[in-house]
Amino acid sequence: MCQVYLWNYPLYIRSVPTENELQFHYMLHTSLDVVDEKISAMGKALVDQRELYLGLLYPTEDYKVYGYVTNSKVKFVMVVDSSNTALRDNEIRSMFRKLHSSYTDVMCNPFYTPGDRIQSRAFDSMVTAMMIQVC
Amino acid sequence: MADEALFLLLHNEMVSGVYKSAEQGEVENGRCITKLENMGFRVGQGLIERFTKDTARFKDELDIMKFICKDFWTTVFKKQIDNLRTNHQGIYVLQDNKFRLLTQMSAGKQYLEHASKYLAFTCGLIRGGLSNLGIKSIVTAEVSSMPACKFQVMIQKL
Repeated sequence: MCQVYLWNYPLYIRSVPTENELQFHYMLHTSLDVVDEKISAMGKALVDQRELYLGLLYPTEDYKVYGYVTNSKVKFVMVVDSSNTALRDNEIRSMFRKLHSSYTDVMCNPFYTPGDRIQSRAFDSMVTAMMIQVC
Repeated sequence: MADEALFLLLHNEMVSGVYKSAEQGEVENGRCITKLENMGFRVGQGLIERFTKDTARFKDELDIMKFICKDFWTTVFKKQIDNLRTNHQGIYVLQDNKFRLLTQMSAGKQYLEHASKYLAFTCGLIRGGLSNLGIKSIVTAEVSSMPACKFQVMIQKL
Protein backbone atom coordinates (compact mmCIF):
# COMPACT_ATOMS: atom_id res chain seq x y z
CA MET A 1 0.00 0.00 0.00
CA CYS A 2 1.49 3.27 -0.90
CA GLN A 3 0.48 6.77 -1.62
CA VAL A 4 1.85 9.98 -2.97
CA TYR A 5 0.62 13.30 -1.71
CA LEU A 6 1.19 16.85 -2.73
CA TRP A 7 0.26 19.14 0.10
CA ASN A 8 -2.26 16.75 1.57
CA TYR A 9 -3.95 16.22 -1.74
CA PRO A 10 -3.65 12.65 -3.00
CA LEU A 11 -1.84 12.20 -6.30
CA TYR A 12 -1.65 8.47 -6.35
CA ILE A 13 -3.04 5.61 -4.27
CA ARG A 14 -2.42 1.93 -4.71
CA SER A 15 -3.20 -0.91 -2.36
CA VAL A 16 -2.81 -4.65 -2.15
CA PRO A 17 -5.03 -6.38 -1.07
CA THR A 18 -8.02 -4.35 -2.22
CA GLU A 19 -10.43 -5.37 0.51
CA ASN A 20 -10.52 -3.13 3.54
CA GLU A 21 -9.27 -0.30 1.38
CA LEU A 22 -11.14 2.32 3.35
CA GLN A 23 -9.33 1.40 6.51
CA PHE A 24 -6.04 1.96 4.72
CA HIS A 25 -7.17 5.31 3.44
CA TYR A 26 -8.09 6.32 6.94
CA MET A 27 -4.67 5.33 8.20
CA LEU A 28 -2.91 7.22 5.44
CA HIS A 29 -4.83 10.39 6.06
CA THR A 30 -4.13 10.22 9.78
CA SER A 31 -0.47 9.76 9.10
CA LEU A 32 -0.29 13.09 7.28
CA ASP A 33 -0.61 14.89 10.59
CA VAL A 34 2.31 12.95 11.95
CA VAL A 35 4.32 13.90 8.86
CA ASP A 36 3.54 17.59 9.39
CA GLU A 37 4.46 17.31 13.03
CA LYS A 38 7.80 15.71 12.23
CA ILE A 39 8.67 18.38 9.68
CA SER A 40 7.84 21.32 11.89
CA ALA A 41 9.69 19.73 14.80
CA MET A 42 12.71 19.45 12.57
CA GLY A 43 12.76 23.18 11.93
CA LYS A 44 12.78 24.05 15.63
CA ALA A 45 15.07 21.49 17.14
CA LEU A 46 18.46 22.10 15.67
CA VAL A 47 19.10 18.43 15.34
CA ASP A 48 20.73 17.76 12.04
CA GLN A 49 18.11 15.32 10.95
CA ARG A 50 17.73 16.61 7.45
CA GLU A 51 17.26 13.42 5.57
CA LEU A 52 14.26 13.15 3.28
CA TYR A 53 13.29 9.82 4.79
CA LEU A 54 11.27 10.31 7.96
CA GLY A 55 11.34 6.76 9.25
CA LEU A 56 8.57 4.99 11.07
CA LEU A 57 5.70 7.38 11.61
CA TYR A 58 3.69 5.23 13.97
CA PRO A 59 3.01 1.54 14.49
CA THR A 60 -0.46 0.11 14.94
CA GLU A 61 -1.35 -3.38 15.98
CA ASP A 62 -1.22 -4.87 12.51
CA TYR A 63 0.57 -2.32 10.40
CA LYS A 64 3.53 -0.01 10.28
CA VAL A 65 3.35 3.38 8.61
CA TYR A 66 6.45 4.93 7.04
CA GLY A 67 6.89 8.41 5.61
CA TYR A 68 9.12 10.34 3.22
CA VAL A 69 8.93 13.98 2.16
CA THR A 70 10.78 15.44 -0.79
CA ASN A 71 12.23 18.93 -0.94
CA SER A 72 9.30 19.93 -3.10
CA LYS A 73 6.97 18.97 -0.21
CA VAL A 74 5.60 15.86 -1.85
CA LYS A 75 4.75 13.28 0.75
CA PHE A 76 5.12 9.58 0.25
CA VAL A 77 3.41 7.32 2.77
CA MET A 78 3.68 3.57 2.93
CA VAL A 79 1.74 1.10 5.08
CA VAL A 80 3.12 -2.38 5.52
CA ASP A 81 2.09 -5.44 7.46
CA SER A 82 4.01 -5.54 10.72
CA SER A 83 4.32 -9.31 10.54
CA ASN A 84 6.56 -8.81 7.55
CA THR A 85 9.94 -8.91 9.27
CA ALA A 86 11.95 -9.01 6.06
CA LEU A 87 11.39 -5.28 5.68
CA ARG A 88 13.96 -3.37 7.63
CA ASP A 89 14.55 0.33 7.71
CA ASN A 90 17.08 0.09 4.92
CA GLU A 91 14.77 -1.73 2.53
CA ILE A 92 12.01 0.77 3.18
CA ARG A 93 14.41 3.61 2.56
CA SER A 94 15.52 2.22 -0.78
CA MET A 95 11.90 1.64 -1.76
CA PHE A 96 11.15 5.28 -1.04
CA ARG A 97 14.14 6.37 -3.07
CA LYS A 98 12.92 4.32 -6.00
CA LEU A 99 9.49 5.86 -5.62
CA HIS A 100 11.03 9.30 -5.52
CA SER A 101 13.09 8.84 -8.66
CA SER A 102 10.06 7.53 -10.51
CA TYR A 103 8.10 10.52 -9.34
CA THR A 104 10.88 12.77 -10.65
CA ASP A 105 10.56 11.12 -14.05
CA VAL A 106 6.82 11.73 -14.03
CA MET A 107 7.37 15.35 -13.05
CA CYS A 108 9.83 15.88 -15.90
CA ASN A 109 7.37 14.52 -18.42
CA PRO A 110 6.16 17.55 -20.38
CA PHE A 111 2.72 16.04 -20.83
CA TYR A 112 2.12 15.81 -17.11
CA THR A 113 0.57 18.82 -15.43
CA PRO A 114 1.91 19.21 -11.90
CA GLY A 115 -0.79 18.59 -9.34
CA ASP A 116 -2.76 16.15 -11.45
CA ARG A 117 -3.37 12.57 -10.54
CA ILE A 118 -0.49 10.41 -11.67
CA GLN A 119 -1.59 8.19 -14.54
CA SER A 120 1.76 7.11 -15.84
CA ARG A 121 2.21 3.52 -16.94
CA ALA A 122 5.88 3.53 -16.02
CA PHE A 123 5.05 4.68 -12.50
CA ASP A 124 2.33 2.05 -12.21
CA SER A 125 4.57 -0.79 -13.23
CA MET A 126 7.31 0.37 -10.89
CA VAL A 127 4.89 0.34 -7.95
CA THR A 128 3.54 -3.05 -8.98
CA ALA A 129 7.05 -4.49 -9.17
CA MET A 130 7.83 -3.09 -5.75
CA MET A 131 4.69 -4.60 -4.24
CA ILE A 132 5.31 -8.03 -5.75
CA GLN A 133 8.79 -7.95 -4.33
CA VAL A 134 7.45 -7.21 -0.86
CA CYS A 135 4.48 -9.52 -0.67
CA MET B 1 22.01 18.67 -18.70
CA ALA B 2 22.30 19.15 -22.43
CA ASP B 3 25.39 20.64 -23.90
CA GLU B 4 25.47 24.35 -23.27
CA ALA B 5 25.74 25.36 -26.91
CA LEU B 6 22.57 23.42 -27.62
CA PHE B 7 20.77 25.14 -24.79
CA LEU B 8 21.82 28.57 -26.06
CA LEU B 9 20.74 27.79 -29.61
CA LEU B 10 17.44 26.32 -28.50
CA HIS B 11 16.77 29.31 -26.30
CA ASN B 12 17.51 31.76 -29.11
CA GLU B 13 15.27 29.83 -31.43
CA MET B 14 12.53 29.71 -28.85
CA VAL B 15 12.55 33.47 -28.39
CA SER B 16 12.51 34.17 -32.11
CA GLY B 17 9.88 31.47 -32.63
CA VAL B 18 7.52 33.03 -30.14
CA TYR B 19 8.03 36.50 -31.59
CA LYS B 20 7.55 35.25 -35.12
CA SER B 21 4.24 33.68 -34.23
CA ALA B 22 3.26 37.01 -32.67
CA GLU B 23 3.96 38.76 -35.95
CA GLN B 24 1.70 36.33 -37.74
CA GLY B 25 -1.00 37.13 -35.25
CA GLU B 26 -1.13 33.77 -33.49
CA VAL B 27 -0.11 35.22 -30.19
CA GLU B 28 -1.06 38.67 -29.00
CA ASN B 29 1.92 40.93 -29.08
CA GLY B 30 2.14 41.74 -25.39
CA ARG B 31 1.75 38.09 -24.47
CA CYS B 32 5.15 36.97 -25.77
CA ILE B 33 7.00 37.66 -22.55
CA THR B 34 4.29 35.89 -20.58
CA LYS B 35 4.45 32.91 -22.87
CA LEU B 36 8.21 32.58 -22.54
CA GLU B 37 7.92 33.02 -18.80
CA ASN B 38 5.36 30.23 -18.57
CA MET B 39 7.60 27.93 -20.55
CA GLY B 40 10.40 28.66 -18.12
CA PHE B 41 8.08 28.04 -15.19
CA ARG B 42 7.30 24.49 -16.23
CA VAL B 43 10.93 23.74 -17.04
CA GLY B 44 12.02 25.16 -13.69
CA GLN B 45 9.57 22.93 -11.85
CA GLY B 46 10.92 19.84 -13.54
CA LEU B 47 14.56 20.80 -13.13
CA ILE B 48 14.31 21.60 -9.45
CA GLU B 49 12.56 18.30 -8.83
CA ARG B 50 15.53 16.51 -10.34
CA PHE B 51 18.27 18.61 -8.77
CA THR B 52 16.94 18.41 -5.23
CA LYS B 53 16.46 14.66 -5.34
CA ASP B 54 19.63 13.86 -3.47
CA THR B 55 20.14 16.98 -1.41
CA ALA B 56 19.38 17.29 2.27
CA ARG B 57 16.23 19.06 3.36
CA PHE B 58 16.48 22.85 3.21
CA LYS B 59 16.54 24.74 6.47
CA ASP B 60 14.90 27.96 5.41
CA GLU B 61 14.28 30.41 2.61
CA LEU B 62 17.86 31.64 2.52
CA ASP B 63 19.11 28.09 2.22
CA ILE B 64 16.88 27.63 -0.82
CA MET B 65 18.06 30.87 -2.41
CA LYS B 66 21.66 29.81 -1.92
CA PHE B 67 20.90 26.54 -3.62
CA ILE B 68 19.42 28.42 -6.58
CA CYS B 69 22.45 30.71 -6.79
CA LYS B 70 25.02 27.97 -6.57
CA ASP B 71 23.91 24.54 -7.69
CA PHE B 72 20.99 25.47 -9.91
CA TRP B 73 22.79 28.31 -11.67
CA THR B 74 25.95 26.26 -12.16
CA THR B 75 24.07 23.45 -13.80
CA VAL B 76 22.03 25.64 -16.10
CA PHE B 77 24.39 28.51 -16.85
CA LYS B 78 27.82 27.04 -16.00
CA LYS B 79 28.62 29.69 -13.43
CA GLN B 80 27.45 30.86 -10.05
CA ILE B 81 25.52 33.98 -9.30
CA ASP B 82 28.06 36.68 -8.50
CA ASN B 83 26.18 38.46 -5.80
CA LEU B 84 23.16 37.67 -3.68
CA ARG B 85 21.63 40.36 -1.54
CA THR B 86 18.59 40.32 0.65
CA ASN B 87 16.73 42.65 2.99
CA HIS B 88 15.61 39.65 5.10
CA GLN B 89 12.01 40.60 4.44
CA GLY B 90 11.41 38.53 1.38
CA ILE B 91 13.30 40.46 -1.28
CA TYR B 92 16.36 38.90 -2.85
CA VAL B 93 18.52 40.39 -5.57
CA LEU B 94 20.58 38.01 -7.64
CA GLN B 95 23.28 39.66 -9.67
CA ASP B 96 25.05 37.96 -12.53
CA ASN B 97 27.88 39.99 -14.03
CA LYS B 98 28.19 37.89 -17.14
CA PHE B 99 24.83 36.32 -17.83
CA ARG B 100 25.17 33.49 -20.33
CA LEU B 101 22.15 34.25 -22.44
CA LEU B 102 23.28 37.83 -23.00
CA THR B 103 26.95 37.18 -23.77
CA GLN B 104 26.20 36.61 -27.45
CA MET B 105 25.01 40.17 -27.90
CA SER B 106 27.32 43.14 -28.07
CA ALA B 107 28.13 44.54 -24.68
CA GLY B 108 26.94 47.98 -23.82
CA LYS B 109 23.67 49.71 -24.44
CA GLN B 110 22.99 49.06 -28.12
CA TYR B 111 20.51 46.21 -27.81
CA LEU B 112 19.20 47.08 -24.39
CA GLU B 113 15.58 47.17 -25.57
CA HIS B 114 15.76 43.56 -26.71
CA ALA B 115 17.25 42.24 -23.49
CA SER B 116 13.94 41.63 -21.77
CA LYS B 117 12.97 38.98 -24.34
CA TYR B 118 16.00 36.96 -23.44
CA LEU B 119 15.45 37.19 -19.72
CA ALA B 120 11.80 36.14 -19.55
CA PHE B 121 12.54 32.43 -19.76
CA THR B 122 15.05 32.64 -16.93
CA CYS B 123 12.63 34.60 -14.76
CA GLY B 124 10.16 31.79 -15.24
CA LEU B 125 12.85 29.25 -14.47
CA ILE B 126 13.50 30.83 -11.08
CA ARG B 127 9.81 31.28 -10.31
CA GLY B 128 8.98 27.70 -11.25
CA GLY B 129 11.83 26.32 -9.21
CA LEU B 130 10.84 28.30 -6.15
CA SER B 131 7.17 27.44 -6.50
CA ASN B 132 8.01 23.76 -6.59
CA LEU B 133 9.90 24.21 -3.34
CA GLY B 134 6.84 25.81 -1.82
CA ILE B 135 7.64 29.50 -2.23
CA LYS B 136 5.38 31.81 -4.18
CA SER B 137 7.27 34.67 -5.74
CA ILE B 138 7.43 37.37 -8.37
CA VAL B 139 10.62 37.54 -10.37
CA THR B 140 11.64 40.53 -12.42
CA ALA B 141 14.82 41.12 -14.34
CA GLU B 142 16.65 44.31 -15.00
CA VAL B 143 19.62 45.15 -17.21
CA SER B 144 21.54 48.37 -17.05
CA SER B 145 24.50 47.35 -19.13
CA MET B 146 25.00 44.11 -20.99
CA PRO B 147 25.93 41.40 -20.21
CA ALA B 148 25.36 42.04 -16.50
CA CYS B 149 21.86 41.65 -15.17
CA LYS B 150 19.94 41.56 -11.95
CA PHE B 151 17.04 39.35 -10.98
CA GLN B 152 14.80 40.60 -8.26
CA VAL B 153 12.85 37.94 -6.40
CA MET B 154 9.93 39.13 -4.33
CA ILE B 155 8.61 36.43 -2.09
CA GLN B 156 4.93 36.48 -1.35
CA LYS B 157 4.03 35.39 2.10
CA LEU B 158 1.03 33.13 2.33
